[in-house]
Amino acid sequence: MSKQLKPIRAEKVETIRVLDADGKVISPDLEPKLSDAELRELMRRMVFTRVWDQRAISLNRQGRLGFYAPVAGQEATMIGSQFALKKEDFILPSYRDIPQIVWHGLPLYQAFLYSRGHQHGGQIPEDVNVLMPQIIIGAQIIQTAGVALGFKKKGEKRVAVTYIGDGGTSQGDFYEGINFAGAYHVPAVFVIQNNQYAISVPVELQTAAETLAQKAVAAGIPGYQVDGMDVLAVYTVMKEVVEKARNGEGPALIESLTYRYGPHTMAGDDPTRYRSNEELDEWEKNDPLIRFRKYLEAKGLWSEEDENKVIEEAKEEINKALKQADETEKMTIPQLIDSMFETLPAHLEEQKAEYEKAGE
Amino acid sequence: MAQMTMIQAINDALRVELERDETVLVFGEDVGKNGGVFRATDGLQKQFGKERVFDTPLAESGIGGLAIGLGLTGFRPVMEIQFFGFVFEVMDSIASQMARMRYRSGGRYHSPITIRSPFGGGVKTPELHADSLEGLMLQTPGLKVVIPSNPYDAKGLLISAIRDNDPVVFLEHMKLYRSFRGEVPEGEYTIPIGKANIVKEGEDVTIITYGAMVHTSLKAAEQIEKERGAKVEVIDLRTISPIDIDTIVQSIEKTNRAIVVQEAQKQSGVAAEVIAQINEKAILHLEAPVLRVTAPDTVYPFGMIEDKWLPDPNRVVKAINQVLDF
Ligand SMILES: Cc1ncc(C[n+]2csc(CCOP(=O)(O)OP(=O)(O)O)c2C)c(N)n1
Repeated sequence: MSKQLKPIRAEKVETIRVLDADGKVISPDLEPKLSDAELRELMRRMVFTRVWDQRAISLNRQGRLGFYAPVAGQEATMIGSQFALKKEDFILPSYRDIPQIVWHGLPLYQAFLYSRGHQHGGQIPEDVNVLMPQIIIGAQIIQTAGVALGFKKKGEKRVAVTYIGDGGTSQGDFYEGINFAGAYHVPAVFVIQNNQYAISVPVELQTAAETLAQKAVAAGIPGYQVDGMDVLAVYTVMKEVVEKARNGEGPALIESLTYRYGPHTMAGDDPTRYRSNEELDEWEKNDPLIRFRKYLEAKGLWSEEDENKVIEEAKEEINKALKQADETEKMTIPQLIDSMFETLPAHLEEQKAEYEKAGE
Repeated sequence: MAQMTMIQAINDALRVELERDETVLVFGEDVGKNGGVFRATDGLQKQFGKERVFDTPLAESGIGGLAIGLGLTGFRPVMEIQFFGFVFEVMDSIASQMARMRYRSGGRYHSPITIRSPFGGGVKTPELHADSLEGLMLQTPGLKVVIPSNPYDAKGLLISAIRDNDPVVFLEHMKLYRSFRGEVPEGEYTIPIGKANIVKEGEDVTIITYGAMVHTSLKAAEQIEKERGAKVEVIDLRTISPIDIDTIVQSIEKTNRAIVVQEAQKQSGVAAEVIAQINEKAILHLEAPVLRVTAPDTVYPFGMIEDKWLPDPNRVVKAINQVLDF
């Protein structure tokens, strides 16, 4: 029959890498031009984030934090991508993307309050350009196209950046978002953190597409796949697409290949039900911290002493933030009612009065 | 009879139906290998294979559309929405498509679909997981909505839902999943959809409620009996659409007083509907206005004040005293 018809094929996708697993530069042309201080800062943030993640997990187990989604394994993607942004760029995070919004300016104690389910956790300071974490998977993607369109209409040189997991790319909002961004040619950058699993479902069950990066093709926007355990590679790709977006050259999609070492969240997920320890070991061999540490050590930019200093400093800052979270006044039902409308309708005034009368 | 938690009873109902009818399919996010995030589908993929119990990509709207298509081709889909707070993602499939299939096709096609989903507060889930959105379902003609309050009912009602040829929204309160055990017969049995259950008899006041609030109401009833000897009748609706108004009216004819207790926000929910129907069918039997005990009309709050926000036995006691002293 129609043997002569050839279906359209996506080109072979190449994974962008700067460092190998030993921290040696394998693509010198892609090595970013960062100062020594900036390189050290990247490392500091990754180490800090690892300490914070470990602490958050143990605090959660002690009942001192609430909802928490572990991030270990994903630091290079989270930190390398945020590092390429300017303060005025706007991040629309998902539930796991707390490190990005904290490094973008959200005070750590508020991140802890968010985890505990305190409203003040999501009350973003005026000069911090982030949204509170999104729970509805995919919602942030189409909102990002909207924020980016807003920047474009106002002639502001700002970029809207968002994150989604591999699972999230199955949602309609994901396709709608990247399609809108392409159609309106807006300054938006979409980062897929492909950590291989959506809770228990592996990426192979999510899609028959060979890569998630190639989903950009259908939206008519550039797509990239990057080694998400390589902080320099993530930074390089991100820097390029963010600056292009800032200069009016339109949106981009990045698929970052990474892994979550821990459970999906601390609310009872057991990863041993759906993945093997060998697989985890394989990924840990590519650990972003080890790799980058080796790179820095070879340059004489990092030592055990430096690392220990960051660990101590992280512990101290975390304790300070916890204390501030503990000292923040508890929220009340009347406050919650007050946050529903600018001016309270009569029935809510009545309900508020009832709670106040009952002493709540 | 076995002692089971509600989650075990639900698992058992699914197993019974998968065994009995090979057109039954169970699918959703994480329901396969993982056995569901609450383990409601634990072991089912192993027993019945990936053809019948399977993981879907992460897209609720996709899950709903798939169920419609499978329903049209002779299957009996049991789809899971991982948390009912995510129902908005699939609301079009449910309200504009499934619920209208029979009407649109003049009876030619139908949607023999069961939509299972956990919901309900008191377990400190993140935002948008616990919301009581059942009121939205009531406003949708063409849907039946079931909320069991115990393991025995959960199994019997779920089997009925799966066998029903119209779409049934089957909501499972997260707090009830493992909080207690109850006797659950082995094998198949059904509880009719649309029939309420009098869980406690009494003469002085009727509490109409459902889901986790059945337990809250029973506690309040006990307290009132101790405090002032008043005998409370407690009705578990079991199905909130359609509402079993006959059972309610019969009770009110006896007690002449009623309150409605629901976990959801006050405005336009199940309680409002129950009270409207009481007005239509039993107003002359009332000695006092029917009161509602509900959450306030705010969004479901973040974890920190969840417990204060949810109705508790004290608030139910207060309402009972109010109608008794009217
Ligand atoms: C609309 C919606 N559906 C389902 C969920 C429940 N849920 C939370 S996270 C998750 C898996 C997400 O996986 P992925 O997108 O790969 O991101 P990751 O957690 O791996 O970072 C699911 C199913 C949700 N929060 N929102």
